[in-house]
Amino acid sequence: MLKDITIGQYYPSESVVHKLDPRLKIVLSFIYIVAIFFIKNFWGFLVLGGLTIALSYAAKVPMKFLLKGLKPLLILMTITALLNLFMTDGEILWKWGVLRVTKEGIVMSAFMLLRIVFLVLGTSFLTYTTTPITLTSGMESLLKPFSKIGVPAHEIAMMMSIALRFIPTLIEETDKIMAAQKARGAALSEGNILKRAKALVPILIPLFVSAFRRADELAVAMESRCYHGGNDRTKLKELKYQKKDTIALILFVGAIAVILLCNLLGAAL
Amino acid sequence: MEIIKAENLTFRYEDSAKKVLEQFHLTIEKGSFTALLGHNGSGKSSLAKLFNGILLPEGGSVYVSGMDTKNEELLLEIRKNCGLVFQNPDNQLVASIIEDDVAFAPENLGVPSGEIRERVDDALKCVGMYEYRLRSPHHLSGGQKQRVAIAGIVAMRPSVIVLDEPTAMLDPKGRKEVVETILRLNRDYGITAILITHNMEEAALADRVVVMEKGKILLDGTPKEIFSQYEMLKQTGLDVPQITELSYKLHQAGFPVESCILSADELVEQILRVL
Repeated sequence: MLKDITIGQYYPSESVVHKLDPRLKIVLSFIYIVAIFFIKNFWGFLVLGGLTIALSYAAKVPMKFLLKGLKPLLILMTITALLNLFMTDGEILWKWGVLRVTKEGIVMSAFMLLRIVFLVLGTSFLTYTTTPITLTSGMESLLKPFSKIGVPAHEIAMMMSIALRFIPTLIEETDKIMAAQKARGAALSEGNILKRAKALVPILIPLFVSAFRRADELAVAMESRCYHGGNDRTKLKELKYQKKDTIALILFVGAIAVILLCNLLGAAL
Repeated sequence: MEIIKAENLTFRYEDSAKKVLEQFHLTIEKGSFTALLGHNGSGKSSLAKLFNGILLPEGGSVYVSGMDTKNEELLLEIRKNCGLVFQNPDNQLVASIIEDDVAFAPENLGVPSGEIRERVDDALKCVGMYEYRLRSPHHLSGGQKQRVAIAGIVAMRPSVIVLDEPTAMLDPKGRKEVVETILRLNRDYGITAILITHNMEEAALADRVVVMEKGKILLDGTPKEIFSQYEMLKQTGLDVPQITELSYKLHQAGFPVESCILSADELVEQILRVL
């Protein structure tokens, strides 16, 4: 069950999107996130949907695979949608006791839902098409100018890449510990929330202990491989900003501009 | 020519009174393949970490290619020369893509990026994992992960590779892959190999077997010399390879076969001769 989580995992493929400069992809992702919050009507989302499908095609990452990443967020999405549905003031369409649905509420909750969906879909392109190590070296390179004012760019990048590397390992371990505790009669999915939360303790403690042990061994293994911080380190894959990056930048910014221009169509809706 | 030399080595962990190693002497010849045997707590793993300066001696010295591990300025050079592979492959892989992981050590050493590519490809070919270079390690079997970990060390171009129970967590197939890789590194690439193991079959493949007990060397010799001391090994609670066990028992029962045979083929040959 825990294996279904795909956020933060790489989808290996030889597409153009995979080969773009990670720095560009990071910056574009930020632009994308900001743009999502500036969308004022459904036309914008329609174009955004088109952009997402185009990206999925260009990146050779199947839509099915992308949508799977939404699954763990289903609860969050439901809560957000319901809250917005019932809590927005406006023209009342339906009322039952304290619950009321307004026209504005429906629009708002649909908006929120779409925002979350596109937020996840869009940003997961970044992690699907960029290996964690390229991603972090992109981050490192973007943060480098700030290292003069004390931002530990290399250390942050290293920690991130290690964290990403160990996500699947620790997920697997959690599954194992859960199975082991179930075999000892732990009831993990019974009782009320408090009981279930308590049942997590015997899972989290061994997980933490093992994570610390792993960290210890990893540190020794890294030192054995001559790791001594970020000074005079070279890279297997040096980052190069190429012509195709400029083309991608123009196309993407163009698409975002179109999406924002859709705000002008707002009156039509 | 000696490549690793431990002289008068004494070592203990900071928070314990018990000495892990005491007045320990060992020299390893260049190009040799040595197996280190011994119980848990006999000091084998500490020794491995003393070899590349992860741990530092309390008394005495360790020299790698003539460099003293206590000299902090030489530490990188020492670690580059003497690579360490550990038991759990999961806990030594740093990157989420195999070729990036293999590149980790050369990157740390500041090797130019074109040469890193060359080293990574060579190292992966050398352990037979080249086709997997773009995969992520958590999709691999234990044996494959361990071979990637070995490639990560090979990419440093070390002269010695120390493997601390590299097969302990693997299934028989994985064991075989890793052992074959070690043999290839030693024979075809001339890398000095030190294999710490509990598996007697693996130890029998080495040129030299060193048995450690309570921080001292108990036995030191060729596999044949060591495993012929059946009684002594059994007394200290160690085993002999299954083939040797069989040949010893046959010999004891009065059959005219040698008491210490290390390979199945040899035993088959001798049994056939008897029949």
